[in-house]
Amino acid sequence: MLEVNPLQRPMTTDFDSRDMDWYIDKIVQFLVFVAGISAIVFIIGIFVFITFEGFGFLLEDFSFREFFLSPFWEPSDEDVPEYGILALVAGTASVTGLAMIVAIPFSLGAAIFIGEFATGKLRESLKVLVELLAAIPSVVWGFIGLSIMNPLIIDLFDVPVGLNVLNAGVILGLMAAPIMTSIAEDALKAVPDRYREAAEALGATRWQVIYKTVLPAAKNGLLGAVLLGVGRGFGETMAVLMATGHAVNIPGSLFDPVRALTATIAAELGETAVGSPHYQALFTIGIFLFIITFLINLTADLIVRGIRKG
Amino acid sequence: MVDMSINPATADTLIAAIAQDPVKLGVSDLHISYGGAPALSIVGLTVKEHEIFGIIGPANAGKTSFLKALNRMDTFNPNMRVKGEILFNGLNVRNLKNIYALRSRIGVVFPLPVGLPLTIYENVALSPRLRGINRTGDLDVIVERCLTRAALWDEVKDRLGSLGSLLSGGQQQRLTIARALSQEPDLLMLDEFSIAVDPVTTMRIEHVLKELKQDMTIILVTNLVQQARRLADRTAFFLAGECVEIGETEDLFSGDVKDQRTRDYVEGKFG
Repeated sequence: MLEVNPLQRPMTTDFDSRDMDWYIDKIVQFLVFVAGISAIVFIIGIFVFITFEGFGFLLEDFSFREFFLSPFWEPSDEDVPEYGILALVAGTASVTGLAMIVAIPFSLGAAIFIGEFATGKLRESLKVLVELLAAIPSVVWGFIGLSIMNPLIIDLFDVPVGLNVLNAGVILGLMAAPIMTSIAEDALKAVPDRYREAAEALGATRWQVIYKTVLPAAKNGLLGAVLLGVGRGFGETMAVLMATGHAVNIPGSLFDPVRALTATIAAELGETAVGSPHYQALFTIGIFLFIITFLINLTADLIVRGIRKG
Repeated sequence: MVDMSINPATADTLIAAIAQDPVKLGVSDLHISYGGAPALSIVGLTVKEHEIFGIIGPANAGKTSFLKALNRMDTFNPNMRVKGEILFNGLNVRNLKNIYALRSRIGVVFPLPVGLPLTIYENVALSPRLRGINRTGDLDVIVERCLTRAALWDEVKDRLGSLGSLLSGGQQQRLTIARALSQEPDLLMLDEFSIAVDPVTTMRIEHVLKELKQDMTIILVTNLVQQARRLADRTAFFLAGECVEIGETEDLFSGDVKDQRTRDYVEGKFG
């Protein structure tokens, strides 16, 4: 009598065929590959597109000297249009610089509190709140700049206009702080607890542990957070368009209105004839912005990666 | 700073006691639990000045919890509850206002070596710096002395500026010991220090510990029964949250024990 064990697999030699699972595996691998590679395709595609659109300008009207060194951005001047982005670069740089002065202490302090001191529910709800803050659309921040900061600055400092470097810098700083907090907190979390315990076992106080051990160990990640904030500042458009005053001007004080590179593209692109020198000049600004933010993000990424390895 | 003053009455008895039989650490009625689940109970235990006090026992015996209660590392774990009295130099560590000052007097060596992500020099200079010693000359002397005592100086003296966390496991563990010595501790606690260390380094560290006994009291938690036999003057046997037996190490290993479980563990019948 033969007893059949239902769990026993029968011995066969015909298992070597491409079954359904084999094909599904190949298809999924292909789809995932396409999704993964698309990031590279898009980035190259965007670069090719903006370069192509700005190409005519780069060949004909572009003068390196004028473009980077002239403070006059007068593309609609009918006699002699000028395409100098020095004032726009100064606008973007001054606003971003002030934003970092506002955002760095805020975000580092918040990250240290959330990562090192807060516990339990407080910590979890703070993290959610920070992420919510990071998700506020930039036009809302611009609106706050326009309708709250503007009169506040006029009242507080007794100046005629409140749309200026100060307004945009503070707004941009508050905007960049949440994402910087998030990344800085990740960097602190990446520091193993055994370092904290070892330092505390030496008799270090909480602050001494953070200052002497955690911050040095996390410094690359923290630097990466700051650089990503700078990248955010350079690329931000809507809020700075609304809060800077949008006047081409090399700022002499915090209360001077300025204009940012990004805001210039946003405000003018819709009103230029496609293919005109002005249109192409705006795309050249786009190329410039693309390269700058690419370099900033690349540096930030390399720095953050650096710690993960070491 | 810790308030080191004690009232005169206890001071007298303390002085008398120290003259007789100097006690470094007195533990009574200690109960440690995690979220309600008991982890360790000790009725009474004393550690004498300048002895190596061994604690042996299998995993989950409560050995590490005991050390954590001593230097107040329980503050890291909100689940951990400690009840009872732990007198360190006559002060109840459970009632201290400044636990940082307590920890600075107790050196700890963890099971896995923790080289802080600082240079070798700064790893050892950190504790003196925290105490306010900042003169380079003073720090140089301390760093060299501690590394020498931890039997590491010859291997690292030419690269004090490189990262401590890049040393090999055995070297990092000796760096950890040097760092603990830089605290000039009254009490040195080692928690299964040889887990991640090769046998040769283990023997070197054991040799170091025998010499350190002149200057400090040492609590040696170990899962290697023979290590306790080689080093400890007296040994306690912890099992499943209970301090089963405390005695002269020689007695424990010659079979002169009160509890059969101690004999079985020492002879390797379980654990």
